Amino acid sequence: MSTTSDQTTISTPPKPAFRLSMLLYDQRYRSITIQVFFLFMLMLGAAWLIDNTVNNLRALGKDFSFAFLNNPAGYDINQRPIEYNSQMTHGRAALVGFLNTIILAVLACILATVLGVIAGVLRLSNNWIVGRLMTVYVEVFRNIPTLLWIIIFGAIMTEAMPAPSAFRGDTPAASMLFNDSVAITNRGVYVPSIEFARDLGTLTIGPVSPDISWLLVFAIIAVGIVANKKLIDHATAVQNATGVRPKTWWKSILILLGPIVVYFIALGAHLEYPELRGFNFAGGTHMRNSLIAMWLGLGIYTGAFVAENVRSGILAISRGQSEAAFALGLQPGKTMRLIILPQALRVIIPPLISQYLNITKNTSLGLAVGYMDLRSTLGGITINQTGRELEGMLLMMLIYLAISLTISGAMNVYNSRVKLKER
Amino acid sequence: MKKSVFVGAFAASAFAAGFAQAQTLETVQERGEVNCGVSTGLAGFSAPDANGVWQGFDVAVCRAIAAAVLDDPMAVNFVPTTGQTRFSALASGEVDILSRNTTWTFSRDVDLRLTFVGTNYYDGQGFMVNRELGVSSATELDGATVCIQTGTTTELNLADYFRVNGMAYEPVPIETNAEAQQQYLAGSCDVYTTDVSGLAATRASFENPGDHVILPEVISKEPLGPAVRHGDDTWADIVQWTLFALIAAEELGITSANIDSLKEGTDNPEINRILGTEGDLGAMFGLDSDWAARAIAAGGNYGEIFSATIGDQTPIGLARGLNAQWTQGGLLYAPPFR
Repeated sequence: MSTTSDQTTISTPPKPAFRLSMLLYDQRYRSITIQVFFLFMLMLGAAWLIDNTVNNLRALGKDFSFAFLNNPAGYDINQRPIEYNSQMTHGRAALVGFLNTIILAVLACILATVLGVIAGVLRLSNNWIVGRLMTVYVEVFRNIPTLLWIIIFGAIMTEAMPAPSAFRGDTPAASMLFNDSVAITNRGVYVPSIEFARDLGTLTIGPVSPDISWLLVFAIIAVGIVANKKLIDHATAVQNATGVRPKTWWKSILILLGPIVVYFIALGAHLEYPELRGFNFAGGTHMRNSLIAMWLGLGIYTGAFVAENVRSGILAISRGQSEAAFALGLQPGKTMRLIILPQALRVIIPPLISQYLNITKNTSLGLAVGYMDLRSTLGGITINQTGRELEGMLLMMLIYLAISLTISGAMNVYNSRVKLKER
Repeated sequence: MKKSVFVGAFAASAFAAGFAQAQTLETVQERGEVNCGVSTGLAGFSAPDANGVWQGFDVAVCRAIAAAVLDDPMAVNFVPTTGQTRFSALASGEVDILSRNTTWTFSRDVDLRLTFVGTNYYDGQGFMVNRELGVSSATELDGATVCIQTGTTTELNLADYFRVNGMAYEPVPIETNAEAQQQYLAGSCDVYTTDVSGLAATRASFENPGDHVILPEVISKEPLGPAVRHGDDTWADIVQWTLFALIAAEELGITSANIDSLKEGTDNPEINRILGTEGDLGAMFGLDSDWAARAIAAGGNYGEIFSATIGDQTPIGLARGLNAQWTQGGLLYAPPFR
């Protein structure tokens, strides 16, 4: 006992008294000093900014209030995913803009992913022409600013497509495609829409009232996907146990499509075709120029970046993997699908998250072609008509931040599922 | 972290500097230039000519003020603003005057803290369509696609007009007049709506102006005038009375041609007071006695400016209409100079 205590006393040097100068000259304290100092400066800067804003607002005689969101907006919005008219509030207009932002972001993300995966895989193709074509696509699109692409697509739609009046008359200058079902005009593309003869009415959830018929469609599809996954898991289990994989393709098709077809027939689903009526086409679904320009501009531009992510992911997989697969007798398609891509995903997903976030944030370029997204409604017309720049901008920043964090969170969950599992 | 604090502080100080301008007159005199917010280009009202010199009806107001304050009608820095950026530009101090077809409304005057000093053009909102459509009245526009500049009163009037008349329409929101012109000519909208004067000015720049008609309906009152920041009354007075001087000059027959001979003295005491040969009105707001004479000499009186920029003789071809002197059945009425 005594020996141990003796050793301790010997090995521990006498503790020097703390002096103030040690905060600067002693390595143990210096880093803390610097951090505290900068934190203090940062808070001082923030306090000064806030104080300045408050003072200047007072000097201008402006108050800080979000009450304007409850006042009538007074302006109309062309693309309305939910019911809206000019007598509804600025808050409602902002919600319409928010939904338009989401619609565009989802469409563009899907397009960018599909294009990116195809172009990324084909760029590695052994076929010289295909490989070079994809190189041209990637290099041309990612090296020209996205805003220019959006404006170019917008200009092509406005200038090169026929006006609705060109479809009129006995010998029209333009005609509809696909058996008179799709009209491409300089005001957008009109496609047939699915309408239900026996509608199930609407459901009211807070500010939105979605159609029950369509909610059920999504529910049936979701259930089908889950059931199909069960089926495939079962097939894999059988294969693992017996070595023979049971045929599942016809069961899959039945599970995925069967219920939805029955549902559509039960509700009397039919297509509603666009028709020339008055100044414009009526009926069907109208995809406006602004939506198409934004969708193609963002989707194709970002697709070039996704292609590079996919290519880098594939190249990251060691050559031995595909050689081993070929040695086992797997065909090239199966090698890609079963061996390469699952491993490549863990390299592809993290940068893909950034690309999805980029698309979502770039939707705010919508104003350039008059797409009524959040930036154009809340951040554009509402701010301009009410003069609430600070409140509007803060609210908009908060909403974009929330959308981005949600996407990032969801994609991180997916990433943790595909990343390398270490056992 | 250090860098972001620095950038933040820098941005904030720039922000603060914009507001620290209660005394616009001194700032302008010190700078030797008037910052004037104009449109991004509307023929006849404010657009640069072939030599890059801004010309037009709204531009002339700024030139008159520069002449009155700085003795140089060319000492104006023109800042192009869109419908969306114009009020922020004025509120932040980027411009001293906003002379850009801006409609005087209650909420802009009171809530946006602008001061409208008067009306230099009485206008109303109208519709322009292609003659081929065969439309003769705005009530036949049900279902039409309408090009509209965002952030304007016309946007709100349009919504009200179609709602009240129970008609549907498809708005195509657009940033600038030039873009609207391009969309309208490409046929991606049936109708272009803005102030009638703006429609006339836009139509004048078309290749075939005769192919387009401006419908007879005028659906709103649009008193357009120069605006300044709320809270600097001296500056507001200078802008206001310079405008009145131009209007009064037309009423009293003072023109850029005869102003030199009138300055030698006349029998009319009001002319003498405006031209500074009698009394000293200019000193009351810190200018010399010649201020109004210089403002009038810069581009002529209101009538001269009107006919040189947007009147019958120009491609814009606007009639005086409501913008005639009160003695001619119009609405222009300058208070007495005394």
